[in-house]
Amino acid sequence: MQLLNKHPESLLDVKMHYCPGCGHGIIHRLVAEVMDELNIRTKTIGVAPVGCAVFADTYFNCDMIQGPHGRGPAEATGIKRAKPDSIVFSYQGDGDLASIGMAEIVHAAIRSENITVIFVNNAIYGMTGGQMAPTTLMGQKATTCVDGRTAKQAGYPIKMSEMLATVDGATYLERTTVHTAPGVLKTKSAIKKAFQNQIDCKGFSMVEILSMCPTNWGTRLDNPSEATKFVAEGMLPVFPLGVYKDLKRD
Amino acid sequence: MAEKKLMKGNEALSEGAIRAGCRFFAGYPITPQNEVPEYMSWRLPQVGGAFVQAESEVSAINMVYGAGATGVRCMTSSSSPGISLKQEGISYAAGADLPIFIGNIMRGGPGLGNIAGAQGDYWQATRGGGHGDYRCFVMAPNSVTELANFPHKCYEVSFKYRLPSMVLADGILGQMMEPVEFTTPEVDPKTLTEPAWALGINNGRAKRIVKSYDLKEGGVEIMVNERVQRYKAIEAAETMYEEKMLEDAEIAIVAYGISARVSVAAMKLARERGLKVGLFRPITLWPFPKARIVELSKRIKHFIAVEMSLGQMVEDVQLALNGRSEVHLYAKPGASVINAEDVCNVIEKIVKKGAKEYAAAK
Repeated sequence: MQLLNKHPESLLDVKMHYCPGCGHGIIHRLVAEVMDELNIRTKTIGVAPVGCAVFADTYFNCDMIQGPHGRGPAEATGIKRAKPDSIVFSYQGDGDLASIGMAEIVHAAIRSENITVIFVNNAIYGMTGGQMAPTTLMGQKATTCVDGRTAKQAGYPIKMSEMLATVDGATYLERTTVHTAPGVLKTKSAIKKAFQNQIDCKGFSMVEILSMCPTNWGTRLDNPSEATKFVAEGMLPVFPLGVYKDLKRD
Repeated sequence: MAEKKLMKGNEALSEGAIRAGCRFFAGYPITPQNEVPEYMSWRLPQVGGAFVQAESEVSAINMVYGAGATGVRCMTSSSSPGISLKQEGISYAAGADLPIFIGNIMRGGPGLGNIAGAQGDYWQATRGGGHGDYRCFVMAPNSVTELANFPHKCYEVSFKYRLPSMVLADGILGQMMEPVEFTTPEVDPKTLTEPAWALGINNGRAKRIVKSYDLKEGGVEIMVNERVQRYKAIEAAETMYEEKMLEDAEIAIVAYGISARVSVAAMKLARERGLKVGLFRPITLWPFPKARIVELSKRIKHFIAVEMSLGQMVEDVQLALNGRSEVHLYAKPGASVINAEDVCNVIEKIVKKGAKEYAAAK
């Protein structure tokens, strides 16, 4: 019998704390497979966020740092400038990146910091129990907008890839999804490109990945298709997939 | 004798950090410390280091958090309002045992306050400043030469004991020019061994994690208690102070930084008026030289804290003395400059007339 797929070396074989149906496990595996394929594990330093992925520092099998909420791109900047030969990625959720860390992500892009950002957008605060995120959809219920998000109370969801596309320093921006198998494969190639860009010193790359949060969306845990349906019908119209920026820099 | 150069305080601090091995700096403009990032921006590339002008103080301290995690000697600097913004990052660095170095050129506060030199951030610097149980090693220079040479000691202590360190100066010291002598040895970072915790190219060794959290029950308690042992070692080995004319003194001025500078003149004036005044200058503010003050209290019955704040350091003097001697306070907040004549007059009133209005609040 031939082994077609093995556990990636870049991901430790440990029990993860993620909820059933959550997309983080898939995305962790994709990042790890890419690290294996590009043979960069031993020189990669990952930045774990505050949020559901806080324990990413214990899951990835590379050097890791965990710091303050939203400051991942700043930490990554310090690491990359101090150790330019290392490969640095910042792994962040939507509360971390698009709310408290908005300044850090925008300015990392403005400086065209040669780092890779993995941005997991599930339109909710997961770790803290389902509060409204800057990416929460109009009408979507959350524990801080129990009747659904309204424009009058909380404005509109932020589209990070579209916004960062206006920043000259951003080199590569793509939005993908992990709610379907083809989406997972596409996500992997986007992640690979975002790391390859860093190896080639092309500057700031970010992959925005739409992901499921059955627990805090209130969709049924025993029926994952409810959550994937929320991505397909709720999120995709607001956050269209695609490449938002792909500059060829020398 | 080492070469002497005429330098501005902020530039001396910057050059001193580079000579002590600093190879990464991130900062944000704020008066009166702007010469630090300005100097670092052209000087660091000359020695193969990196400079980043961050979008905020918050970002700058986190860049330093990241750089510090790789084991390089790194620095950020700011002034009072900016240091407030850095407190979150300083707390994380303390919690992750990172040896980062911070230059704090204090100005008048609270709030936006003003841009002149002040000493109103003593509590913030010596009591942690950010959230949680931790300490920073804090040194208070009183001259441009000390600004130039203290970064060396800060890095030594920071790396040996794994904690953030700070030079706490003020806008007057930062802006004034004096002849500077670099007396500490120049450090070539290439000769330093990489710390066993540093993130980087791992060549197959086990992965390393830099973090400040532990959610296991009792986990953080263990982390903090381990740090407490290091704090005790620092108190025992790294406390620094300076004494002037205390041998026969009946009253001791206790002052640090620019206030100590003024107090030297006040002391001389008082001596001319026949008052037996000496000066005790804490050089490390944390650890505060408590034991030496207690020793001095065996023969000195009056201590007068002189500071440019509402009276902050005076509490450390009181804590040390614990009622052993009389503690008085002459303090001016809001970046108002004290002068020697006034200090001398206050001493005269206390000693000759038994004035009570300067007694430190108990």
